[in-house]
Amino acid sequence: MQLPAIKIENLTKKFGDVTAVDGVSLEIAEGEFFSMLGPSGSGKTTVLRLIAGFEKPTSGMIRLFGEDVSNKPPFERDVNTVFQDYALFPHMSVTQNVEYGLTIRGIGKSERENLAKQALALVRLEGLADRKPSQLSGGQRQRVALARSIVVKPKVLLLDEPLGALDLKLREQMQVELKQIQRELGITFIFVTHDQDEALSLSDRVAVFNKGSIVQLGTPQDIYNKPVDHFVADFVGSSNYFDAKEAKQYFDQNAAVIVRPENIQLTESSNSGLGFSGEISEVIFLGDQNRVLVKLDTGKEIFVTEVSRAFGEQRKRGQKVTVSFDASLVSVLTR
Amino acid sequence: MQLSRISRMVLAAITILTLLYIYMPIAVVGINSFSPSISMAWPPSGFTLEWWGKAFVSEGAMQALGTSVVVALAASAIALVLGTLLSFAIARFKFFGQQALNLMVVLPIALPGIVTGLALNNLFKSVLAWQLGMLTLIIAHATFTVVVIFNNVVARLRRQGGNLEEASSDLGADLFTTFRLITFPRIKSALFAGGLLAFALSFDEIIVTTFTAGGGVTTLPIFILNNMYRPNQAPIVAVIAIVVTILSLIPIYLAERITSRDET
Repeated sequence: MQLPAIKIENLTKKFGDVTAVDGVSLEIAEGEFFSMLGPSGSGKTTVLRLIAGFEKPTSGMIRLFGEDVSNKPPFERDVNTVFQDYALFPHMSVTQNVEYGLTIRGIGKSERENLAKQALALVRLEGLADRKPSQLSGGQRQRVALARSIVVKPKVLLLDEPLGALDLKLREQMQVELKQIQRELGITFIFVTHDQDEALSLSDRVAVFNKGSIVQLGTPQDIYNKPVDHFVADFVGSSNYFDAKEAKQYFDQNAAVIVRPENIQLTESSNSGLGFSGEISEVIFLGDQNRVLVKLDTGKEIFVTEVSRAFGEQRKRGQKVTVSFDASLVSVLTR
Repeated sequence: MQLSRISRMVLAAITILTLLYIYMPIAVVGINSFSPSISMAWPPSGFTLEWWGKAFVSEGAMQALGTSVVVALAASAIALVLGTLLSFAIARFKFFGQQALNLMVVLPIALPGIVTGLALNNLFKSVLAWQLGMLTLIIAHATFTVVVIFNNVVARLRRQGGNLEEASSDLGADLFTTFRLITFPRIKSALFAGGLLAFALSFDEIIVTTFTAGGGVTTLPIFILNNMYRPNQAPIVAVIAIVVTILSLIPIYLAERITSRDET
């Protein structure tokens, strides 16, 4: 069997009385795009810093392709980091920044120049080699940081919210490029983010963190369609939550369930006792879709997203509707 | 803010009086250095460059100047090394007693010079049984210049944060290489400015010096004190006082320039 790129066993990190990471175990395969998703303070960045070697674990073990690196300093680990604030060296040019890791490794000038040029081409920054970081835009700095890390060909690349400081358009563009670069290089990417869209759209697998532990680990589809608990359902996408009692009443289920708003049908007249009648209390137009808030006759409020209608009759407040659920699209929570 | 004509004039008058109050004495010394009178009598009875010429060939004065420069350079060098190491410990690492150490490093600023001098004198003579001389003087000056370097460097390190050093070690550089390639280039102006301030501080120090220099070593300030009331020496002392002032001001001015240029 192939060794996992990263294997973490029962990793714990305490800062004084605060437990930032609480018994995390996971395996990440070679070449995988792996995301750690969670709100701030959930421990995802600390796990990344532990893998990079900036922090020493309180207990537990980190293996890099089988080798225990738990207590090695960062400069002896074959992993590299793209920092949230980029951490470019301000007194060096773009080229000098990118060549830094190669210089440290004692690689000769001509080969260094060659590799740096390739890396800058990969991130599409050929023309800016002699600039200083202060003369670059946020997006360009981001690319330099990426080039600086990948030029040394790490076994694993760690990315700490690398797109967090970019505006929306640029972020979407960089997401696509990151994915392409990862595929091209075949390097394992570990990507920390609090942005669920980013995690879902980029990753092969996602670990959702909360309070220092992994709540759920799986493919983006698993995480979205089969959230294990209310926290995951709420953090990843939006959902209608029914506690155990309501689940019995509405779905004849014995555990709490969630239903995604796009998996609920609205019809205008009540039809044959399937579904629940209610009244539209709010309609929010979002361009391609409508968010419709419905108050059921039972008093329960749920919200539904529908593809918006370009023409014809529009949903409006006060309209009587019937809400129906497809039993196969109801997610039963397991915790 | 708009001020009325009268309040502007009153404020200007106060400002001028204050500046006069501060700078008159030093101006008097300056004028006296050109006065033919040998006893600093006022008002000066004429103009002469005699004392300036004599001061620069006075063997005692030139020797004292040399001593002062050597002591200031040596003390600044020691302070640079120790101060930088201390700043790193405080700004970049976490350990037990860190806050206490920080306080203990900074506290000597508040310590009266006479106490520092007395304490060092006791240590050198009674406890260590050393002869007072250049060595004890340099060590003594280093004790109060360390904090100048420390303050400069620790402020710079704190403002810069440690993430560039993390990035460097992430890319494979060990601690020493990181210091050489990343940290040092970014703190060298703080080191230079701190070094200049330390030099200036040591150069005109007299209290600690009187306790730790011993009989054989005469720094420029000691020379001034010794020659103040000697016949025929007063005008030369005035010349030296002006030289000391200028030599102390230049490093401080440079230090200020370097620091402010680097901050922006």
